Amino acid sequence: MPDLTIPAGTRTLVLNMGPQHPSTHGVLRLILELDGETVVRATPDIGYLHTGIEKSCEDKTYHQAITLTDRIDYLCPLTNNLCYVLAVEKLLGLEVPPRAQFLRVLLNELTRIASHLVWLGTHAIDLGAMSVFLYCFREREEILKIFELASGQRMMTSYFRVGGLALEPPSPFLPRIREFLKIFPDRIEEYEELLTRNRIWIGRTKGVGLLSAEDGLDLGATGPTLRASGVDWDLRRDNPYSSYEKFSFQVPVRHEGDVYARYLLRIAEMRESIKICEQAIAGLPEGPIRANAPGVVMPEREKMKTEMEALIYHFKIVTEGFRVPPGEVYQAVESPRGEMGYYVVSDGTSHPYRVKVRSPSFANLQALPKMAEGRLVADLVACIGSIDIVLGEIDR
Amino acid sequence: MIPPEVTRMPDTTALAEFDREAVVDGKFDRGELTLVIRPERIVAVSEFLKAQRGYRFLSDVTAVDWYPSEPRFEVVYHLYCHDRKDRLRLKARLSGELPEIASVVGVWGAADWYEREVFDLFGIRFRGHPHLRRILMPEDWQGHPLRKDYPVTGYR
Repeated sequence: MPDLTIPAGTRTLVLNMGPQHPSTHGVLRLILELDGETVVRATPDIGYLHTGIEKSCEDKTYHQAITLTDRIDYLCPLTNNLCYVLAVEKLLGLEVPPRAQFLRVLLNELTRIASHLVWLGTHAIDLGAMSVFLYCFREREEILKIFELASGQRMMTSYFRVGGLALEPPSPFLPRIREFLKIFPDRIEEYEELLTRNRIWIGRTKGVGLLSAEDGLDLGATGPTLRASGVDWDLRRDNPYSSYEKFSFQVPVRHEGDVYARYLLRIAEMRESIKICEQAIAGLPEGPIRANAPGVVMPEREKMKTEMEALIYHFKIVTEGFRVPPGEVYQAVESPRGEMGYYVVSDGTSHPYRVKVRSPSFANLQALPKMAEGRLVADLVACIGSIDIVLGEIDR
Repeated sequence: MIPPEVTRMPDTTALAEFDREAVVDGKFDRGELTLVIRPERIVAVSEFLKAQRGYRFLSDVTAVDWYPSEPRFEVVYHLYCHDRKDRLRLKARLSGELPEIASVVGVWGAADWYEREVFDLFGIRFRGHPHLRRILMPEDWQGHPLRKDYPVTGYR
């Protein structure tokens, strides 16, 4: 329990913000010590959404655990899937076919756009700009339909598998993405018209929630939160995974370190994501979508009906899973919120011995008191929105 | 005995020059370097790695429970160096009875919540942490869920 005792004679007031509060983006409780409307101290209290996902992973086979990773961050399930399967593939020493890698990149960048759209809509609604939300969710819906086309699910996709993808995407998949990429740049213009030069928006965000690069690095902040403070660090470029090294894109960096800078930066990131998606479609290689690793990768349905070995492998993978050689890996990917890392320890059995999720929001939220203390309560709402937290991922 | 491919790594040689006793074991596996540090040296080693080897960023602190073997716990630190774009994993092995290690909050501020999480879920105490208390589980919770002797389902 945080120390809430206040010495006699002080003029501050303790206010509980949340856990049920619309602008905390989930069940985040903030214990605020206020002097008038100024925040003297902000203490985040988390854990309301803790579901023991890491513990549950230890009880599942490597394949089953994929479905749990979706649920960690419900705004970027595919990024979580990717990070987890990359970690397991690294443990197995498995090479994934280029087509699967490109499709993974394509879907991940669409996820980034979808996640940024939810952030933009909710952030704007927090600060009183209602209509942006409606526009953002219009486009997000289209992306979710694309996910549904590929995986059969809008949100909890579980589409990536160890060694490749679950299924070859159906034929309308690529045309539909092309269609979306054609209209989307204009839509970004539309959001920007509503906000970028809007005097109220600028008044609410410029110079608010300042975070210096030193503080950001010290407190473990990553992703757009850190890049808006002038640290040029993006794992897609610096430690490429899943063939990101074959794509050319810019990493937007800003130096102001305020809420407005984080807004501009995420808008710029969406534009870069469009470029990556276009390159992924243009250069999409032909070939298989699953690695040739019998015993790890599920055999094709047709083969299961005609070949004895395929049937045996299918039975073994479903009933007991596959064994992973002992060892440990830490795999990090750039999620829409920052460094998402999976630390997977194997003891040689078919169940992970330990799965630790390094979630970006957990660390980013640590920087919130630094941004908000000494500012008004209304600015605190802008700060929370600007670090784009997802409580599912903080509490796990 | 530290494997020769580990002793050749620049991080290991630099650490050996700084403190010959600090590293007790190591591993270079799947492209990732792991150094096992004597637990009582963790703060000094962290300060050295941050100041001299450029590991300015602490990605993560976590733990692994090897119950019932001894030493039971491994505290795991993941560091990142922006200049070399490189990662390093530090480990400290702790016994199952009263597991305790010094806190690295003074070196990287991010360790604050990471260490609270490890304390909450594993029951490892961090000496010198400014306010070590539960972070994810309720304050009145009994036990530490990520320990291997804590059941996944049913009653404790």
